Amino acid sequence: MSDTADRVKKIVVEHLGVEEDKVNPEASFIDDLGADSLDIVELVMAFEEEFGVEIPDDAAEKINTVGDAIKYIDENAG
Amino acid sequence: MRRVVVTGLGLVTPLGGDVETTWANLLAGESGIGPITHFDASNQKCTIAGEVKGKDHPWGFDADKRVDHKIQRQVDPFIVFGIDAAGQALEDAGLTEMTHEQKLRAGCSIGSGIGGLPGIELESVNLHERGPGRVSPHFVHGRLINLISGQVSIKYGLMGPNHAVVTACSTGAHSIGDAARMIRDDDADIMLAGGAEATICPIGIAGFAQARALNCSFNDRPTEASRPYDKDRDGFVMGEGAGVVVLEEYEHAKARGAKIYAEVVGYGLSGDAYHVTAPHPDGAGAENAMRMALKKAGLSAGDIDYVNAHGTSTMADTIELAAVKRVLGNDLSGASMSSTKSAIGHLLGGAGAVESIFCILAIRDQIVPPTLNLTNPDEGTEGVDLVPLKARKRPVRAALNNSFGFGGTNASLVVKALD
Repeated sequence: MSDTADRVKKIVVEHLGVEEDKVNPEASFIDDLGADSLDIVELVMAFEEEFGVEIPDDAAEKINTVGDAIKYIDENAG
Repeated sequence: MRRVVVTGLGLVTPLGGDVETTWANLLAGESGIGPITHFDASNQKCTIAGEVKGKDHPWGFDADKRVDHKIQRQVDPFIVFGIDAAGQALEDAGLTEMTHEQKLRAGCSIGSGIGGLPGIELESVNLHERGPGRVSPHFVHGRLINLISGQVSIKYGLMGPNHAVVTACSTGAHSIGDAARMIRDDDADIMLAGGAEATICPIGIAGFAQARALNCSFNDRPTEASRPYDKDRDGFVMGEGAGVVVLEEYEHAKARGAKIYAEVVGYGLSGDAYHVTAPHPDGAGAENAMRMALKKAGLSAGDIDYVNAHGTSTMADTIELAAVKRVLGNDLSGASMSSTKSAIGHLLGGAGAVESIFCILAIRDQIVPPTLNLTNPDEGTEGVDLVPLKARKRPVRAALNNSFGFGGTNASLVVKALD
């Protein structure tokens, strides 16, 4: 797993209180990890902070899975 | 008329994370008050409080038992305490598994005096330092007072009345009284009722200290600081925690063979119409609330065996005692009266509920909890049994709880052993 993936996973586990092995790139925040829309807002804020990246609302709306988040961060951070 | 009984109890207090630990420590004369550890209080006038201990402490509270990790992160501690106490009460009542029909007739009335002050304080600093885009999306619903009732209803599927009282330090007593009326009025068969508070945070301590309400002169002797009716009392000590009871319509409880602790027989309410923080010197508001509660209960002065006083360890103790004497007689007609705030501090919006539970346990175990630190009783206490220092076995059939709050709001509750 990439460094980004590890750090994303850690944030998701901490915020959603889910088992680490459930947090794989295919996992949907809402369908698989029990998040609601406000949890996703909070997660996006945490990603912004961790990676120093800005995730505008229209981009955040397209982040449905853990993999979507990793991909967005890898393409836009730094 | 529909009768209302208590079939479940839940407590989170500075003396324990559950009912039996709290009660055993209270009867043993333990104090839950100590130096503030939740934050660095070294620049505060008051540096002590009755904190709920962590799970590593023998009397500690383990939030993980009944509250999801995710919810713990999103909400203020008063909501965590409230959810846990409500869960304890439902488990005690044997009502964690209800039918759809029962759930439609089961509600919540769990309030708080202040609500999520620590979270408001932190997010406010966050807003100013880092801007509006960094404010948590869970900020609002993680701090709102009615979100104990909201969270509990979601967790257990309770679709009956969803209510939350906010009457400062009378909240817990009003919550139980209002909920009992909802059952009596046939709005529900089961109500989770009580109150919670957790405001041991910098602005909470500073605010009450600035209002000259907190004890600031016993910082070096925390366990001696809360001393109701004692000559050396000098303000209240802040506590935190929650108390929740299961109230149930009597026939409903009987039909399912529930354990019945006591019946809620009397509820009285009044306003002082006098001052925002000080009680009326003549104590008429307190007296009216007690008289109303006794009248509704159909009891007379001699029927009350135990009074759990508001008794905050302030000058107001004298006013309350004078009012109790006018209602029950100069010797309280043989009743014992104690202030358990001497051991746990003042739980503000949680106080009335926690102390009503102590009244119920006094009836269950035929013992009255002590007023700690009452070594030098104030004038006017002669001939009154204030249960100094040690718990005492005695017959207890009916008990009265008093709760009075800022704004001049008064509530009295009477609970009685089932006939």
